[in-house]
Amino acid sequence: MVIVDIIALMKIIHLIIIISITILLGACTNDSQAEGTVPSSKEKSTIENKGSDTMVNLALAWAEEYHKIKPDVIISVTGGGSGTGIAALINGTVDIANASRQMKDVEFENALSNGKNPNEIIVARDAIAIIVNPNNPIESLTLKQISDIYSGKISNWIDIGGEDRPIVRLSRETNSGTHVYFLEEVLRLGDKEVKTLFSQDTLLLPSSEGISSEIRINPNAIGYDGLGYVTPDLKVIAVAKDEEAHYVLPSVETVINNSYPIARDLYMYIDGEPTGVTQEYLAWIFSPEAQLIVKDLGFVPIHNP
Amino acid sequence: MQESQNWSEFIITRLIKIAGYSAIVFVGAIFFFLLKEGLYALTEVQFSTFISDRWYPIEGYYGLLPLLEGSLIVTIGATLIAVPIGLGTAVFIAEVAPRWARDVLKPLVEVLGGIPSVVLGFLGILVFAPYLRVLFNLPTGLSAFTGSVLLAAMSLPTIVSIAEDALDTVPRSYRNASLALGATEWQTIWNVTVPAARSGIVTAVMLGIGRTIGETMTVMMVTGNAGVLFKGVKSFFNPVRTMTATIAAEMGEVATGSIHYHVLFFIGILLFMFSLAINITAYAVVNRKRKRSERILS
Repeated sequence: MVIVDIIALMKIIHLIIIISITILLGACTNDSQAEGTVPSSKEKSTIENKGSDTMVNLALAWAEEYHKIKPDVIISVTGGGSGTGIAALINGTVDIANASRQMKDVEFENALSNGKNPNEIIVARDAIAIIVNPNNPIESLTLKQISDIYSGKISNWIDIGGEDRPIVRLSRETNSGTHVYFLEEVLRLGDKEVKTLFSQDTLLLPSSEGISSEIRINPNAIGYDGLGYVTPDLKVIAVAKDEEAHYVLPSVETVINNSYPIARDLYMYIDGEPTGVTQEYLAWIFSPEAQLIVKDLGFVPIHNP
Repeated sequence: MQESQNWSEFIITRLIKIAGYSAIVFVGAIFFFLLKEGLYALTEVQFSTFISDRWYPIEGYYGLLPLLEGSLIVTIGATLIAVPIGLGTAVFIAEVAPRWARDVLKPLVEVLGGIPSVVLGFLGILVFAPYLRVLFNLPTGLSAFTGSVLLAAMSLPTIVSIAEDALDTVPRSYRNASLALGATEWQTIWNVTVPAARSGIVTAVMLGIGRTIGETMTVMMVTGNAGVLFKGVKSFFNPVRTMTATIAAEMGEVATGSIHYHVLFFIGILLFMFSLAINITAYAVVNRKRKRSERILS
């Protein structure tokens, strides 16, 4: 349901998962040592992994899967947001920071002055789908048209070849990373000088599910959501970068071949060149096995597994 | 024996005293905390920003007017709907309904009060908002009106049960005297019973409003949360953003100690002031000096 508490609840659930994994790992290693069945010559290693809430499910799934392969490596995953993860990397308290956006210049300078050399690795991608009610005859839009809709320049579907209906704009709340990405890359078309804001009558809904349920029943509505959240009863709009370009529907393939314009990279940041267990873990993340997990969770793998 | 009874009495009195004072301490502590966190906002943000018309905190727009208006519109709307229906129901239950209907209605109204707000919001989103959109041909059913109706439904049980209790305490002899003078049943209710129960009815209405203005979950789910200024009666059927929904939606992710954080606490202070004003008004109305005619009546 459409509850903000869900966000808090998810965090608690994640925390519980993390704690229980840690306990389980502890129990496993203790058992093996006690029984002496696995003579572990190697030291147990821990990888601290922190950052983006968008990516926390993915990072957890990776950590769990990797632990099955390498029981000696313990990966502890926490959320908190991209900014939190990057700050932790700068302060040297984590090995890997997850981020659903690129590091800002300020953050990069802070890192350098703190003796860190952030190394950016793209680990997965995420497409943002533009969705409307299935009864809406609109099939495709350009980025400029979407920007004009959300900035309030276009307020009726008839102006872009649809029915004579008012446009109801739906967005996530301002605390969502997806909201910020949409503002910068779609509404402002990636131009940092432009200060366009969302039209004031944009409905800010507290969850992805809130957007989906309103679009399902309201033929006036338009919204955006991560590709993983789109259900078959919503109509996905084909998007073109400009009028000359082809209209493209979001999918794993179109994100991989860069033809779908509203796709973002998901990053992991480390300090300097990866070494030891971190290097092995990052190498594993690029394996078909790990990239299949990406696909299962509704994100887009960096290459098709 | 005597000794131990004294001891237990001593402990019990102390416990009751602590319980009594703790309420004061809690309210004081909450108010102190709100002021401590919220008043920074006044030094960090210019007053002209507060009275601007845009709320977009991630880019430094802290206009509080749309939020204030949003809360007011929804509260006024809910009051306009709930008060006539609530008082009508209370009068019906207390004065008109036969015994058996009364025994059924009163518990039913109280059950309505036990419905969690998130469940009402859920019903609002899935059933009520789509229905209103088609009925009034609105762009979207997520509007101030939808919020008002659902909040009215939430404050109804409070209004009905307190007003009904107040009507119940009016002595039978008043009604008998009025009827004996030849007044009709309606004249008796309107001119004798309801005025005699006035202070209780005002309390009922005020508590109902208090319930409305502080409600968060339902409004966040059904009002659409778009911070738009009021532009005529039509705005009543457009989305609004209330103060409570803003705090609930944004407090979870805001960085502690940031300007945005302090402004959210400042909104909390405003809300606190609102409910305080409502409670003081109710208190003043109930305890005001009575007119001579009312003194004789009661």
